[in-house]
Amino acid sequence: MKFDSPATSNPIDRGRVVGIPQDRIDGPAKVTGTAPYAYERHDAAPSAVYGWIVGSAIAKGRIKAIDSQAAQAAPGVLGIVTHQNAGPLDKGNMNTAHLLGGPQIEHFEQAVALVIADTLENARDAARLLRIDYAPEKGRFDLAAEMGSAVAPETGFGGPADTRAGDFDAAFARAPVRIDQRYTTPDQSHAMLEPHATTAAWNGDQLTLWTSNQMVSWSAGDLAKTLRIPKENVRLVSPYIGGGFGAKLFLRADALLAALGARTVGRPVKVAIARPQVPNNTTHRPATIQRVRIGANRNGVIDAIAHDVWSGDLPGGGPETAAQQTRLLYRGDHRLTTHRLATLDLPEGNAMRAPGEAVGLLALEVAMDELAEACNVDPVELRIRNDVQHDPEVGPSRPFSSRKFVECLRQGADRFGWSRRHPKPGQVREGRWLVGMGVASAFRNNLVARSGARIGVDGKGHVTVETDMTDIGTGSYTIIAQTAAEMLGVPLAAVTVRLGDSRFPASSGSGGQWGANSSTSGVYAAAWALRGKLAEKAGFAPDQAVFEDGMIRQGNQSKPIGSLAGREGLWAEDQIEFGDLAKRYAQATFGAHFCEVGVDIDTAEVRVRRMGGAFAAGRILNPKSARSQVIGAMTMGVGAALMEELSVDTRFGFFVNHDMAEYLVPVHADIPEQDVLFLDELDDKSSPMKAKGVGELGICGAGAAVANAIYNATGIRLRDYPLTIDKLLERGEGSALA
Amino acid sequence: MVAVELNVNGREAHLQLDPRTTLLDTLREHLHLTGTKKGCDHGQCGACTVIVEGRRINSCLTLAVMHQGDKVTTIEGLGTPERLHPMQRAFVTHDGYQCGYCTPGQICSAVAVLEEIEAGIPSHATDDLEKVAFSDAEVRERMSGNICRCAAYPNIIAAIRDVAGEDKA
Ligand code: FES
Ligand code: FES
Repeated sequence: MKFDSPATSNPIDRGRVVGIPQDRIDGPAKVTGTAPYAYERHDAAPSAVYGWIVGSAIAKGRIKAIDSQAAQAAPGVLGIVTHQNAGPLDKGNMNTAHLLGGPQIEHFEQAVALVIADTLENARDAARLLRIDYAPEKGRFDLAAEMGSAVAPETGFGGPADTRAGDFDAAFARAPVRIDQRYTTPDQSHAMLEPHATTAAWNGDQLTLWTSNQMVSWSAGDLAKTLRIPKENVRLVSPYIGGGFGAKLFLRADALLAALGARTVGRPVKVAIARPQVPNNTTHRPATIQRVRIGANRNGVIDAIAHDVWSGDLPGGGPETAAQQTRLLYRGDHRLTTHRLATLDLPEGNAMRAPGEAVGLLALEVAMDELAEACNVDPVELRIRNDVQHDPEVGPSRPFSSRKFVECLRQGADRFGWSRRHPKPGQVREGRWLVGMGVASAFRNNLVARSGARIGVDGKGHVTVETDMTDIGTGSYTIIAQTAAEMLGVPLAAVTVRLGDSRFPASSGSGGQWGANSSTSGVYAAAWALRGKLAEKAGFAPDQAVFEDGMIRQGNQSKPIGSLAGREGLWAEDQIEFGDLAKRYAQATFGAHFCEVGVDIDTAEVRVRRMGGAFAAGRILNPKSARSQVIGAMTMGVGAALMEELSVDTRFGFFVNHDMAEYLVPVHADIPEQDVLFLDELDDKSSPMKAKGVGELGICGAGAAVANAIYNATGIRLRDYPLTIDKLLERGEGSALA
Repeated sequence: MVAVELNVNGREAHLQLDPRTTLLDTLREHLHLTGTKKGCDHGQCGACTVIVEGRRINSCLTLAVMHQGDKVTTIEGLGTPERLHPMQRAFVTHDGYQCGYCTPGQICSAVAVLEEIEAGIPSHATDDLEKVAFSDAEVRERMSGNICRCAAYPNIIAAIRDVAGEDKA
C-alpha cells in the first residue's frame, strides 16, 4: 500500500480498540519473568557455552602481540577468538568502528578478543590471562580543543549540515534585543537496563542469533555483511529487548563475537557485554558545544535566529544534529543553522533517544528563557508569539501537517498552574527551599519508514500478526494487536502478535520515534489485503464490507471470518510505503514542558517537585503506554539536566564513569508525580493511522524546563550541563542561595 | 565444586557449583530461573533482587555457597501468568514497566518493601522512628536501589500504593 495522499475516513477511526487505554498484552509475561530475553534462551540453545569479551586497554594504536597460552590452558576454556584467527571480516553499513578490533585499535574497550569456556566463571577468569601487547598512538579526545579543525559533515539522517534563509548577520546586527550564548552538553550513555546480549548457534552454514536489537533487518544485513555470508543465511530473533534508546539500533560486538565464537567451538555461544564495558565498547550520545543567537524586537518577536553546533566522532562517523529543531520551531525571516564535526578518537558516537533535539533544545530553550527575560515577556507568551504554521526556512508553501503547539503551551500552562510563577527569579522561599518554575517547548521530527507485516486468521477467527518489528518497551505488541483487532473487528484477546524475527516481513523497526506509526501502518496495509480476501470469499464488495464482532457484514448479510478462513486459515501480506507527503508538509510533534524545582538554600541540592506537559502527536494509539513513554522520556530529560555525564579522560581517551554506580541516572526518589496531557489530534498526512511518533517527544525540552526552573528559583543561569551542585555553589555569591 | 542446597520457591535444589558462582547466576544459569535479571552484576541496579529468608537482596552481590539451606523467593515464586501475585497484577494495571527488564526486581523489591514497612523497619525518609507508615516518600526512598531506565517510576509507585490499599483513586 502506498501512502501518498492524505488519509480519508477509515476503519481505524471507529476507535473501538485503537485509542483506548489498554494494558500491555505482553504484561503478564514481563511481570512473571517468563518473557525470554536474549541471554536466557535455554529453550532454544540448551547447550550454549559462555563467551567473555576482552576490550582494548588503549584508545588508539596497534596490537603488537597477543599471548593466549595461559588463557588457552585455563580450566574449561574451549576457544579464543581474536583478529588473528577470526578470518576476513567486513564492517556493517551502520558501524563506524570495527566490532572486532586488531591489529588496528580505533577506540578504548573496542573488543579485541572473546574467550569461550564451559562456564561463565571460567570464561571471565581466563579472559584476565590473555596478554596483549599494545603500541599506543596519540589520539584526539577533547572536543573543545578540536573545535577549530571541525568540518561540515555530509548530509545524513539529520539533513544538510547548514541551512540559511534571509540574511542572518545583517538582521541580527540591527535587532533591538540580542541573545548570544554558548551552551555545552556532555557525552551521555543510554544505560538501558539490559546490556547488549546474544546467543548464537550455527547449523551448517545457517546462523541463528537470539539477540537484543531494535532493528532486525538492518542488523541481520550488517551481520551477514561483516561475516561475508548471504543475508538469507542469517536469522535474527529479538522478541524482548531490555531497553535500547538507540544503543541497540545496530549490530554490536556481542552479536558478532557470539557468531564467531560459536563457529570456533562448534556449539552455541552466548555473550553479554559486561556492564562496565558498555559505555566505552558501544555507542553513546556525543557531547556538543552550541552557540545560539537570537535577534528580536522589544516584544520578543524573532527576526533573526542562528544555531551553531560542534560535536565529534571517530573518522567516518556523524554529527549530533542539535540544530534540527531550530530549523522548524520558531518564526524569523533571517535564519542560519550549522553543524561542524571534529574527529575524535573516543568511542563511537551515535543516536540516543531523540538525537539532535534532545540536546539541541537544552540550548535553544534556555536561550528562549533568556530572551523572555530580556524582553520582559512571560516565557509561555514569548513562545506563542513566535509560533509559525509553516516551515520557516521555506515559507507558506510548506505548511505543517498539523501543529498544535500554541494549544499545548496554553493548556499545559493552565494545568500546571503557571500563573502562580513569580516572574522575578529568587523570590519564592519555602522553608529551606528556593522554589522556581520553568517552561520549555517540546519538538521532535515525525519520521516515517517503510514497514511490512503479514496477518492471518484461523478457522476459529483468531488473528495472528507477524512482523520483524520490535518492542523495546514502547508497547509495540499492544498497538499492533489493537490495529489488527480494529481492522478485522475482533476483540484484542483474539489477536496474537509475533515480533522481532527476521523470518517475518521487514518492518520499520524501533528508532527515531518512527516505530509505532510506521509499523501499525504496515499492519493496517496487510489487514486491508486480508479484508479483501475475506470479502472475496464471502462474495461481498471489499469496500462495502464491515468487520465487527468477528463477522464480515454487508447490508443485512453476515458471515464469521473464522469460517471463511477455513481450517487452513487465510493469510495476507503487505507493506506501507510512504510517498512525498513528508516533503510537501513539514511533519513534527509538539508539546510544552513545565517543571517546578526546589533548590536547597545551603547545599544547592536540586529536587524536582512537579513536572507536567501537554503534547500533540497525532492519534494516540494506546494512551496508557504512550503516557509511559512520555514520562519515561521526561525523566531522561531530568537526568540530562541534573546528573548524566560521561566524564572523558582526555589523556587516555575513555569514559571514566563507565558503570551504573558512577554514571548517574534518575532513581525513584528523584521523580515526583508527572502529569501528561495528550491533545486530541489526527494527522491525516502522516499515515493511515493518523498517528505520529511520541516515544522521543517527552525528552525534547524536558531538561531545559528543569534548567529554567532552577534559574527562576535561584537567579543562577547555568549553561553547561549537567547542572550540578558544584556549578551552582560556584555561582552562589550574590544569588538567592545562602 | 561444592555442594549447595537451596530452597527456591518452595522446591529443594541440590547443586554442585563452582564456589565463584553468584546466587544470581545459580538461578539463571543452573536452575534456569531467568526471571531474575542481570543489569550490572555489581550491585548497582537492583534488577537481580530476590527475597532470601524474608529479606530482599541483590543476588549478584552474593555467592550461592553463602546461602546453604536458605529459602529463596524469585519472581517465578510469586506468581505465574495464569495466577498473578497482586503486585504483578498491579504492575500490569498501572503500566509499571516498559521494557520489562527491571520489572522482576522491582516487583520482588516492592513486595519486600511493604513487609518492611509493616514490620516497622525505618528508612532514611522516615520522620518518626516510632511510627513507620506507608507514604509515597517512604516507598520512593526504599525503591531507589531499583533503577528503571525506562522510568516507569510514578506508575510503579501507583502499583505499590494500590497493593498497599492506599490508593487514593
Ligand atoms: S544485577 Fe545485581 S544489582 Fe544490578
Ligand atoms: S521497565 Fe525498562 S528498565 Fe524498567
